[in-house]
Amino acid sequence: MSETVVLGDEAVALGALHGGVSSCYGYPGTPSTEIMEYLIENSQNGPLASWSSNEKTAMEEALGTSFAGKRAIVTMKHVGLNVAADAFMNGALLDIRGGLVIVVADDPGMHSSQNEQDTRYYADFARVPLLEPVNQQQAYEMTREGFDLSERMGVPVLLRLVTRLSHSRAAIQTQPPRAENALNKADNKQDWMLLPANARRRWSSLLGRQKDMIAYSEKSPVNSLELNESNRERAVITTGLGYNYFMENKGELTDQPSHLHIGVYPVPEEKIRTLAAHVKKLVILEEGYPYVERLIAGLLPRELKIIGKLDNIVPLQGELTPDNVRPALGLPERNAAVASSMTLPGRPPQLCAGCPHDDTYKVIKEVQEELEESTVTSDIGCYALGALPPLGVPETIICMGASITAAKGCAEAGLKNVMAVIGDSTFLHSGMTGLVDCVSSGSDVTIIIVDNETTAMTGGQTTILPSSRLEQVVKGIMGDGEHILTIPAHRKSHEENKEKLRKELAYSGVSVIIAVRECIETARKANKKRS
Amino acid sequence: MKYDIILAGVGGQGVLSLASVIATAAAEAGFKVRQSEVHGMAQRGGAVMAHMRLSDGEIYSDLIGLGTADMVISMEPLESLRYLPWLSPEGILVTSTTPVKNIDNYPEETQVLEALKKLPSVCLVDDKALARDAGSARAGNMVIVGAASKSLPIDMTYLKKAVDKLFARKGDEVVQTNYKALDLGSQVS
Repeated sequence: MSETVVLGDEAVALGALHGGVSSCYGYPGTPSTEIMEYLIENSQNGPLASWSSNEKTAMEEALGTSFAGKRAIVTMKHVGLNVAADAFMNGALLDIRGGLVIVVADDPGMHSSQNEQDTRYYADFARVPLLEPVNQQQAYEMTREGFDLSERMGVPVLLRLVTRLSHSRAAIQTQPPRAENALNKADNKQDWMLLPANARRRWSSLLGRQKDMIAYSEKSPVNSLELNESNRERAVITTGLGYNYFMENKGELTDQPSHLHIGVYPVPEEKIRTLAAHVKKLVILEEGYPYVERLIAGLLPRELKIIGKLDNIVPLQGELTPDNVRPALGLPERNAAVASSMTLPGRPPQLCAGCPHDDTYKVIKEVQEELEESTVTSDIGCYALGALPPLGVPETIICMGASITAAKGCAEAGLKNVMAVIGDSTFLHSGMTGLVDCVSSGSDVTIIIVDNETTAMTGGQTTILPSSRLEQVVKGIMGDGEHILTIPAHRKSHEENKEKLRKELAYSGVSVIIAVRECIETARKANKKRS
Repeated sequence: MKYDIILAGVGGQGVLSLASVIATAAAEAGFKVRQSEVHGMAQRGGAVMAHMRLSDGEIYSDLIGLGTADMVISMEPLESLRYLPWLSPEGILVTSTTPVKNIDNYPEETQVLEALKKLPSVCLVDDKALARDAGSARAGNMVIVGAASKSLPIDMTYLKKAVDKLFARKGDEVVQTNYKALDLGSQVS
């Protein structure tokens, strides 16, 4: 079969295309973005692939495709699953028809995220299977397998990636593509309507299928158990990339331990029991939370010693590395051999030179300096970098859409001159509903939508609606009025922009200022394409 | 045979295209290649670092262990110092001497150069000047690849083939400029 070099994300996209997917939905978020980018680029004559307003709408759209009997994939980053959680948790109760694979990319180490949450808990929470690849080849194969498994068990299947795999390149072998499913709408609509009576029946059915899922996990060749009869002291359990770091160090171990790798969940309980009965000590290396470690602590006899994250021998925080798993394996620590003779200043990310957000923040900052008291909340996007030096303007960054609602809370608690900064894409993702709340209660907030006509932080994806429609959306919520302003986010208008901001801060009620200028990166790319 | 490389620089410097030339050449030369990248927030003007591993056998980990890298390649002198903890005692550092001063507290340039010169094995490259000689100020990253080529286990013909593959669609002039940049870099002692 043909061999091709791909990112982990691209391996998933190829697996979906070759697995007969019909619809692909997602919202951009590092490290998951490249899955949809690849699908959009490579599905001109094939399946539908498009960005959605947010992760929840994406999830619901995919459920619709599955209802129609066709295969669907949804992509998002870990915090996106929180946004989609309502649809996800309920989706687990439906009688899934067309295979549904939900790809979630976690970010241990928080390379580009607000938290480190571990998606395996969501799989457990919803009682659905989860597949966790260790490399690009498995990412490809597990995506294909995920559709089959989903159809066989009648549930959505989660595929968990981590940054280190999403954004790493290696060669994969592909298999011949499979055709898309024919249109085949669910015949029993009772199984798709979560009215309490139906939902109780479906919940019972889902609980009843747990044993099938465990049986599948026990049999899966991915969950491989290798017993070393001559070593009864210590064994190793790995999950996710913990496998790679164990294998990397294995050659240095004098006593080869028995080894169980878990890549298919729910966990294979029998295999764990077999391994545990074999040794006195279990070392557990898992990427993310101590999920397996906590789960099995209750399954095993008390005299068995478990070495892992709970006793902090494996770090609780951040990514696993080939270095930080060594103490748990009883190997000597590796240290830096070559040292620098000087202390190095940090170099944090920053807004690009000439970024329109920079001009808007300068307006805010100078107006703030004139005021006795003010508060600025921010959202998730490039403009969050305005919180770092030299600007240092925003005071809160919580989650997608929270700038507007947090500002409402600040103002209603009694803070004066409260401003919320939010991007165009984030506003459409989950800022709109916050604006509805503000309008409904007549909150005294000034909302500044920094509109650079793209989703810039993740690499310049098209916004779900063209920017020209943004003002109409705001007007639709607020009604026409003088407190909806569009201003150019440009140095040339600096003084006028300051005057407008002062005026809106003085107004007691909801104001929306849309500061518009195209992202310099996308403008540059567009220029390059034209020339 | 295994060869581990840490790639460093500042977001926006083209560290990833430098990486892809080496990775493409290595694959062409018959190595298995694993290469991790930096995307998203960290890319914007901040410090970036990527791991590249070449081997004739299976490669499990995407990450390179501390003190074990055969080479650190950097597009920026201060950034090259940041990743020294990964370099093995026998490893070589290949770095541009052109600073990117987008932070207020950038140290004195002479101080940075002094620190670099103290290293056991280092190759300092004035990529800016050589890139101009090659015909394009933007070919600095190929100058650096050229300078690294003396120590890489990859023949120059494969590196040129990779340049051909990655730049062909930009026209023959760009390819020739990059060839020249590679050659000029390879002459740096």
